Amino acid sequence: MALLEVDNLQTHFRTPDGGVNRAVDGLSFSVEAGETVAIVGESGCGKSVTSMSILRLIPEPPGKIAGQIRFNGKNLLEMSDREMRAIRGNEISMIFQEPMTSLNPVLSIGNQIGEALVLHQGLSKREAEAKAVEMLTLVGIPAPDKRVKEYPHQLSGGMRQRVMIAIALACNPKLLIADEPTTALDVTIQAQILDLMRDLKHRVGAAIVLITHDLGVVAEVAERVIVMYAGRKVEEAPVGELFNNPKHPYTKGLLGAVPKLGSSLTGESTRLAEIPGLVPSLKNKIQGCVFAGRCPEATELCREINPALELKAPRHQAACHYATKEAVAA
Amino acid sequence: MSTTFPSGGAPAAAPVMPDVMPTRIARKGITGYIFRNPTIAIGGFLLLLLIFVAVFAPFLWTKDPTALAPAMRTRAPSERWWFGTDMLGRDVYSRVLYGTRVSLIVGFGVAFFASVIGLTIGLISGFVRWADSIIMRVMDGLMSIPSILLAIALMALTRGSVGNVILAITVAEIPRVSRLVRGVVLSLREQPYVEAAIASGTRTPVIIWRHILPNTLAPMIVQATYICASAMIAEAILSFIGAGTPPIIPSWGNIMAEGRALWQVKPYIVFFPAIFLSITVLAVNLVGDGLRDSLDPRLAKRV
Amino acid sequence: MFAYIVRRILATIPVMAIVALFVFSLLYIAPGDPAAVIAGDQATPADVERIRASLGLDRPFVVRFGEWVFRIIQGDLGLSIFTNLPVTRMIAQRIEPTLSLMVVTLVLAITIAVPMGVVAAWKSGSLIDRMVMGFAVLGFSVPVFVVGYLLAYVFALELDWLPVQGYTPISNGLWPWFQNLILPAVALGGVYIALIARITRATMMEILQQDYIRTARAKGAGQTTILFLHALKNAAVPIVTIIGIGLAGLIGGAVVTESVFAIPGLGRLTVDAILRRDYPVIQGVILLFSFVYVLVNLLIDLSYTLFDPRIRY
Repeated sequence: MALLEVDNLQTHFRTPDGGVNRAVDGLSFSVEAGETVAIVGESGCGKSVTSMSILRLIPEPPGKIAGQIRFNGKNLLEMSDREMRAIRGNEISMIFQEPMTSLNPVLSIGNQIGEALVLHQGLSKREAEAKAVEMLTLVGIPAPDKRVKEYPHQLSGGMRQRVMIAIALACNPKLLIADEPTTALDVTIQAQILDLMRDLKHRVGAAIVLITHDLGVVAEVAERVIVMYAGRKVEEAPVGELFNNPKHPYTKGLLGAVPKLGSSLTGESTRLAEIPGLVPSLKNKIQGCVFAGRCPEATELCREINPALELKAPRHQAACHYATKEAVAA
Repeated sequence: MSTTFPSGGAPAAAPVMPDVMPTRIARKGITGYIFRNPTIAIGGFLLLLLIFVAVFAPFLWTKDPTALAPAMRTRAPSERWWFGTDMLGRDVYSRVLYGTRVSLIVGFGVAFFASVIGLTIGLISGFVRWADSIIMRVMDGLMSIPSILLAIALMALTRGSVGNVILAITVAEIPRVSRLVRGVVLSLREQPYVEAAIASGTRTPVIIWRHILPNTLAPMIVQATYICASAMIAEAILSFIGAGTPPIIPSWGNIMAEGRALWQVKPYIVFFPAIFLSITVLAVNLVGDGLRDSLDPRLAKRV
Repeated sequence: MFAYIVRRILATIPVMAIVALFVFSLLYIAPGDPAAVIAGDQATPADVERIRASLGLDRPFVVRFGEWVFRIIQGDLGLSIFTNLPVTRMIAQRIEPTLSLMVVTLVLAITIAVPMGVVAAWKSGSLIDRMVMGFAVLGFSVPVFVVGYLLAYVFALELDWLPVQGYTPISNGLWPWFQNLILPAVALGGVYIALIARITRATMMEILQQDYIRTARAKGAGQTTILFLHALKNAAVPIVTIIGIGLAGLIGGAVVTESVFAIPGLGRLTVDAILRRDYPVIQGVILLFSFVYVLVNLLIDLSYTLFDPRIRY
């Protein structure tokens, strides 16, 4: 049994004009204990909504979640609020994209790290603060016993993201969901944070779901990759397989959009390959393949029949009528 | 379809996902507008009704509101005196209906004058640097005097009349409008297109007319409705404590002031004008809330 | 920090000066000539002129204003025209009921309004939220004396649970004192509750959208902790600010409430003074109320640092 099994997840939102926004529509994937899985896609493809759905942080209404999210075999969507709270920050925790705004400006750093410890491990305030100092040391913040009494506005962006990681790891979670943890940071800080996450992963042994649009980050830390487009999974494969042998035209497009070092010297086109067109609106039901509107290879068939996800190679799924199938044991 | 696929076999279709919630169809047209803005519809309807009552008071089965009938003092509401009679035998129904006039005149009058004067002061303050600090200090000072007390103080200087009541309440309301307008002007001046207009030598009156006034209008209208509502309450309060309209004029505050001595035994003299006053102010406030929600969504989010 | 406090205190001086100028002008342009009143009916114009000179009324405005301010700073608000008593003494006699009414109303309003606004923001769009917002509109619309009479009619006359009118000094016991203040405080508190609840709701709604609230939720914090620790502490600055600004309305409302409930406080003193055109008393009361208002708002300004560590002076 996998640690996390997401089965046919649908997260829809009510739009102000009465319509339905199908942000995530029928997503399934699983994460093994200790594994690092990346979910990639353009902004608006539903990857953040997926991460929020797992922890049930979607406000309901206007949102609504259907399907199953099994954690250690138990469906999170059927849990009471109390049971769910016991899981949040304890067994599953999360790091967000915006370190500048994700920390409460009026509570001290120590207070914010210690909160989860007081909640889930029954530590006293004093013990929690001592543990908070320990966590700050772990995430590499200098002078932790001073920092623990400070407030978020006294810290830089990189420092704040380290604090967020400290909060997330305080209770030794089994699963860490990192939603674009490095996007808002400077490049040098990005590398530091990634190193930190990799290092901590080995020490703590948590599984990681990494949400990102940065394929460089994926190549560096992920073991398996899920590509999402317009609320659906269009491809999934181990990281090496995906980079070397992408099956879905969208994935190919994404890989083509990554700048290569020295490409201008080798005389190749200096322009990045871009995927023409826009992500379709999720407010309308899409007939046929979700990517058909932008796909260079789309045919009449693609516009009519939505391709099913199929195994196209060992451990390699893609949803495309025209993706070549390699020898797969049925 | 008889094409062969590179993937081999027939095209595999993904399962169709049903929606987890039904689509709602928004109503359109006037019914849709009323449906989405019930406050403005209800408030507007009530307000129109009250304006109708004020204008056509003489034709709505009223008697002379000032006619004394000592023999018919303090009669309870009945078929003959719908709202009863007061201590001097005057018909409370007629007095209350005529009182609508005073309340609406004061409300609209104060809203109008406070807006116009406040707008002028606010514009001067926003555009004339040296005047700004002086004006704003004066406004700060006036605002630190509770507005009812300010109006009371001004009324203490003059005779009671509807005009003086409007004047006194207007003075008390001006600081708020001026500050609002000044705030809008200062924030608009920072806008690139206004800065560009200033830099390219557009004359100040033109800038005010083209860029400032149109943007001030929405918050001003909303503010004006709230001023109208609070002016109606202020008028009633002033009259109630004897510093408002002269007793000869049937205003709701006056009717209540006269009914005050007897209210424990004849509560209806106080309650009928009280109900009318509350409904009128409620109607204006509902219109104000509705306007705020549809004219100025940014403001609606804040308050 | 200390420098900031001093600066803020100094900044209130021009405001109080404007208030003083306004209040003094009131007396200056008030109809009726005090000299003529003192001289009596039999006096010749020459007598009146002599009395005017002896009172110093013939000197220029600025000189008289300066003297007047100087006397006020020493705590001398002049004599009442009507009773001939020092205004300060008249105010002192009447201050307890008004102070009691305001404090009870303040405590009552804050304890009711803040949770109301918090719950409305949390359940925004729900029936509870609509009820709170509906109550707020009503609170703004139904004037204080209407609420006062309604409450007195229902709870005092019909149900006979509470006294109809009057005031019992606190020295006569806490309960009798409080009993007499319940209805006036509820009546007076209506608008104030509406104001605070609305600001609390609006601020909280904005704050509940913030990323750090999501972080708190992701940590497993309970709803109560999120609302009252994570969110409310962030909402504190706008809320205390509106409490301070709303004080002006509370003061104005107290004048009326005291009339409705026959409370012998400063409000009644004001109303009586207006009816008698007793200008020194009107001046004194306005000065006092404005001073309290400015002082309270100064304290609130200084209290911001308690709620928000980002605010440093």
